[in-house]
Amino acid sequence: MRQLRFLVAAVLAGALVFVSMSASTVAQQPRRGGTLNFIVNAEPPSFDAHREATFALIHPARGHYNLLVKFDPQNYPKVVPDLAESWSASADGRTYTFKIRRGVRFHDGSTLTARDIKATYEKIIFPKGDVVSARQATYEMVERIESPDANTVVFRLKWRSPSFLQAVASPWNWIYKAEIIERDPHWYERNVMGTGPFKFVEYVRGSHWAAVRNENYWVRDRPYLDGYRALFITNATAAVNAIKSGQALVEFRGFSPTQRDDIVATLGNRAVVQESNWICNNIVVFNTRRKPFDDARFRKALSLAVDRWGGSEALSRIAFVGPVGGATRPGGPFATPPAELEKLAGYSRDISAARAQARRLLAEAGVPEGFEFNLLNRNIQMPYSFVGVFLIDQWRQVGLRVTHVVKETGPYLADERAGNFDAAVDFNCDFYDDPDLQLVKFLSVNKSPLNYGGYNDSILDRLYTEQSRSLDAAHRIALVRQFERRLLDDRVWQIYVLWWKRIIPHSARLHGYKISPSHYLEDYQDVWVSE
Amino acid sequence: MARFAARRLLLMIPTLFAVTVIIFVLVRVVPGDIVELRLVSGGSFVTPSVIEAERVRLGLNKPIWAQFTQWIVGIPRLDLGTSMWTGQPITEEIALRLQLSLQLAVMATLIAVAIALPMGIAAAVRRGSWVDHAVQVISVAGLATPSFWLGILLLLFLLTTFHWLPPFTFTPLWVDPKANLLQLIWPALAVGYRYSAVTTRMTRSSMLEVLREDYVRTAWAKGLAARVILTRHALRNALLPVVTVIGLEFAFLIGGLVVTEQVFNLNGIGKLFVDAISHRDYTLIQGLLLLVAAIYILVNFLIDLLYVWLDPRLSYG
Repeated sequence: MRQLRFLVAAVLAGALVFVSMSASTVAQQPRRGGTLNFIVNAEPPSFDAHREATFALIHPARGHYNLLVKFDPQNYPKVVPDLAESWSASADGRTYTFKIRRGVRFHDGSTLTARDIKATYEKIIFPKGDVVSARQATYEMVERIESPDANTVVFRLKWRSPSFLQAVASPWNWIYKAEIIERDPHWYERNVMGTGPFKFVEYVRGSHWAAVRNENYWVRDRPYLDGYRALFITNATAAVNAIKSGQALVEFRGFSPTQRDDIVATLGNRAVVQESNWICNNIVVFNTRRKPFDDARFRKALSLAVDRWGGSEALSRIAFVGPVGGATRPGGPFATPPAELEKLAGYSRDISAARAQARRLLAEAGVPEGFEFNLLNRNIQMPYSFVGVFLIDQWRQVGLRVTHVVKETGPYLADERAGNFDAAVDFNCDFYDDPDLQLVKFLSVNKSPLNYGGYNDSILDRLYTEQSRSLDAAHRIALVRQFERRLLDDRVWQIYVLWWKRIIPHSARLHGYKISPSHYLEDYQDVWVSE
Repeated sequence: MARFAARRLLLMIPTLFAVTVIIFVLVRVVPGDIVELRLVSGGSFVTPSVIEAERVRLGLNKPIWAQFTQWIVGIPRLDLGTSMWTGQPITEEIALRLQLSLQLAVMATLIAVAIALPMGIAAAVRRGSWVDHAVQVISVAGLATPSFWLGILLLLFLLTTFHWLPPFTFTPLWVDPKANLLQLIWPALAVGYRYSAVTTRMTRSSMLEVLREDYVRTAWAKGLAARVILTRHALRNALLPVVTVIGLEFAFLIGGLVVTEQVFNLNGIGKLFVDAISHRDYTLIQGLLLLVAAIYILVNFLIDLLYVWLDPRLSYG
């Protein structure tokens, strides 16, 4: 009898496990249909990704287009095929050949060929006339592009570039139709015509952007969604309310910790939170045209005074900053190991000793107690205001008095460009972990228009060029470390405060989405929503 | 009356011209550059030659007088140029938002008048009574409560009580009246309450003044019905300052609901104003300021016409 009971119990337990496993499998089975409503908290100036630089275009419109190759949405930073089904690089690393997928159609029914890829990349790299390309400088290494046949595109480089493939996977390089570009290179600024998983329906400025499934999409059984609707909600409170009320399922850029908590408190187990380090950071640029900012000892003292580890712990509770890092993203492929990082000025865990050294350097540089200067900042609360207030407090602790000069983005940029500041809270955001992208800001002023500090440093320029052309990964990392040491410890031209943390609280109805370290990499091809 | 209207309309032309000159100069005094905001504010590595090419494309390299001339010659044809940010015609950009702002202004005005006139009259007629005190409390509370704050409270109430919020996207009234009203009734209530507070106080004080007049006392002495005395004799005369307040508030609502529009995510003129200024979209700012100036001038003109209709002692001379 006991055996029978045991047998029955075992069968029931087995059945229960099977049912729950089946239920789980069913729950994870992608569902076809439904519309994804998501929030975009800014609006696109034009529809042409080659000329724009804002996620406000990527988020609503990326679904209409394909790239040549792309970052795997589920496995960053792996590069996977998109319109190119395969590629190869020559032995000298100066020729990349891409084989273009056959049978891909634009939304107007025409067939994609290598000619479209060539025309697209020529528009990006060699824009003609009054066509503006925001990424022309990224492809300086490209000498020419060829399309020997309808399914092959060849990029010939002036020099070998270790990150060329990743540069081609740029989320901004939407593939356009050659015939349209040749007829009117400005056409894509106001119109949409791609090969992507979704067709354009309408854009009502200030309200929404709507898209429907491309029934003839070249990836079988994709997309899952019937369509999507990007809701333009610029007010942060309204955005949180939209998710709480279910009118939107997600906002793909990111929320603050308090907004995350607010959403989770309301939705409970109907919310899912995804977090990742972000390829965005706040830095401080010193105006080396002004005294005493022309003195490396003063700049180093300013870096030593900042308790990055303590700040990370405190600020990450209220703002989307946190990770402590050097010139490359913490946790990324080029990240400096903590032990090495802690040797740089301002990264020691012993803040008392660091501040004592800061005071000594201030005295050596002849900077008196109570010295006053201005810190220019943007009038954007998250995270600029938090970072600015934090810095002012840190510098106060070594006897410096800092005035927070907060300006709207327009005047802020104008002041940075004109050198009308002592120190300024600056920022950097990229789509991929690559020193070519992250370090370009620190080159000499005659090489980088993003260098607002007004300095020239031929050693940094040389190290940048060398790492940019080194195909030996270990050697490249070593060069990046040298660059970092010179930038942050030796010359201290600019300093990093904290890197950002991306926080995406979304409805549990959203599936197939995985957060990446960049808010430029959103891809809706495999995303689906449950009932 | 036709001559009066024509003269007033003609006077609008120099006024609007002066406004255009002031607007044109003022928007260019504000520091900031649309090209840098567009290409550099995201942190992109853009060469100076690209920035210069974009400035040329937008015509920002031309002398100020040339830019002004280009803009001013289009105004008589209602061609306000294209937005430097979106490249769309300014008239399209404005028309898209004007229907929402106009509807909201009309709804808020109706709510405000529906509350203010009966309350103001009742408070004046029963001066010193509990009715008067209650009206005073309600109207002072309305004056002290910013519309956006009341809006936030309304949203919180809806969310916590009904787990529901009004739609975040605008549906025109003729497409789906229910969806339209479900979105706009809440901001209209929030704005209408503050608006009604101003109007209630003006109605009350104006009525009190009129009720002390000899002709009203005579009317009471003649034994006329209270309704006739209050509406035909007192209210019509008391309405002159009230109409002014209603008109000016209405004009303000078209472009002035910046924060309330943000709270309810309304795609109105106020939000467009903020976007245009933050983008340094000169042509759009100029178009919007011109629109608001024209609305104020037009509303003032209509108020003047109403004055004469309400008080025949005033003339169109």
